[in-house]
Amino acid sequence: MKKKDFDVIVVGAGPAGLSAAYVLAKAGVDVIVIERGKFPGSKNVMGGIFYREPMDDLIPDFYKEAPVERHIIEQRMWLLDDVSHFSMGIKTQKHNSEPYNCFSVFRAHFDKWFAKKVVEAGALLINETVVVDPIVEDGKVVGVKTDRPQGDLYADCVIAADGVQSFLARSLGLRKKITPDKVALGVKEVIGLSEEQINDRFGVKSVDEGVTIEMTGPFLKGMEGMGWIYTNKNSLSIGIGVIIDDLVKHNVNPNDLLESLKSHPSVLPLIEGGETKEYLAHVIPEGGYKSIPKMYTDGFMVAGDAAMLVDSVHREGSNLAVESGKLAARTYLEAREAGDFSERMLSKYQEKLEDTFVLKDLKFYRNLPELLEEKRYLLTEYPQFIIDAMTEIYTVDGVPKPDKFKKIKDELKERFGYVRLAKDIYTIWRKLR
Amino acid sequence: MKKLRIEDKLYLVGYNVDHDNNHLGISDPEVCKTTCQKRQCTYVCPANVYTWDEKEEKININYDACLECGTCRFACDYITWKYPRGGFGVAYKFG
Repeated sequence: MKKKDFDVIVVGAGPAGLSAAYVLAKAGVDVIVIERGKFPGSKNVMGGIFYREPMDDLIPDFYKEAPVERHIIEQRMWLLDDVSHFSMGIKTQKHNSEPYNCFSVFRAHFDKWFAKKVVEAGALLINETVVVDPIVEDGKVVGVKTDRPQGDLYADCVIAADGVQSFLARSLGLRKKITPDKVALGVKEVIGLSEEQINDRFGVKSVDEGVTIEMTGPFLKGMEGMGWIYTNKNSLSIGIGVIIDDLVKHNVNPNDLLESLKSHPSVLPLIEGGETKEYLAHVIPEGGYKSIPKMYTDGFMVAGDAAMLVDSVHREGSNLAVESGKLAARTYLEAREAGDFSERMLSKYQEKLEDTFVLKDLKFYRNLPELLEEKRYLLTEYPQFIIDAMTEIYTVDGVPKPDKFKKIKDELKERFGYVRLAKDIYTIWRKLR
Repeated sequence: MKKLRIEDKLYLVGYNVDHDNNHLGISDPEVCKTTCQKRQCTYVCPANVYTWDEKEEKININYDACLECGTCRFACDYITWKYPRGGFGVAYKFG
């Protein structure tokens, strides 16, 4: 007789795994979630902004109950050089009323709460257990091997939400080796400040309203990366993520880079006087659409970071994780109905994802990683030009405006040449459609 | 604001160190001595886990400081990396 301990084994209690387990438990499926940390969230790190929409469909109005920090009413984008920033952004009251757009959260708090909901829904959660390998019989995944004594577990289906390291998908041959140009290292600090200090410094009225700032530009000296500051209730999350291959090639230590961001004249006044509460590091899968592994095989599906589902342009990841976990679970429910857990049946998981924002967004930006690899100056020279041009326009020094505009135009021609400018615009337009 | 060194910051991180098992290793330590050009593990790790020992001519691995990000395993093919045993290693308060 076929060995079976559970209907489904979910590996990893992050947003993807917990979403899958929640859907399954609610549908009466016998599901176990295996987490290697002391509790769900203890190993998990993100920037961290969490979008409401995919989660709200799982647990309506979750944010009224879940440990979220502030709802975000303003999002700023800074182009940064060593002494300046050029700022764009959107602050809108449309994001200041329920059901809200997104929230700052701490994974260690949020995932712990989410896991509690999953357990209440009927799933079994086992912490402090590492899944070492999939168990494959007759070419089909039938369970997992854990690091506990007699720790082999069998099920109809395994959902791998085991994070960016993605050991399970790799050992099944669903993905190639992840190269250092496809992953970024994010380092982050949580810096404690009072509610009032944060409200004053970021121009918000109350402890519920929050602001995000993303930063990129020539400050990064040609490395591909992004810095961020997010407001929490009593702290700021400040961090920087850079492609690992760039850190290696530029001989850069990530903490040095974070410290230099913290001492930037535009950043320092926001964090000044704060006390660092925690230091964190995590790898972010940034290879985009072309780096997505095969997401299913017989008795097996991959979700979240393990499937490289991160939209680095819009710093979205946890929402893609939630959506993919949900769809993996729904695919299982259909498979159970049909009594068929074959690769062919589970391929519907990918079809479902193709129909959602998850793969549509990633597909839209599919050429971006290569474009930025090839034309790295898009991240340095153009932003520097914008910063310089804005500085020129805003500097009153007796030079007549027509002369200033001519100077800017001449600079544009000298730095880029009109032909290259036209080519770059054409390339970007062609690659992003 | 005072610049913080990695060592200062690691004091703020919660760990449950597995004293019996090192989850990190180097598959061919000879390479560190001979052909490795940059020894990138010594600067790319956010927790300074890897240091070059001039005298012994080898990489020392301070695995109990590991933040389990996996950067080293993407940066160097010779680093053998697995998760610490269940329940051990870093435990974030905030995340």
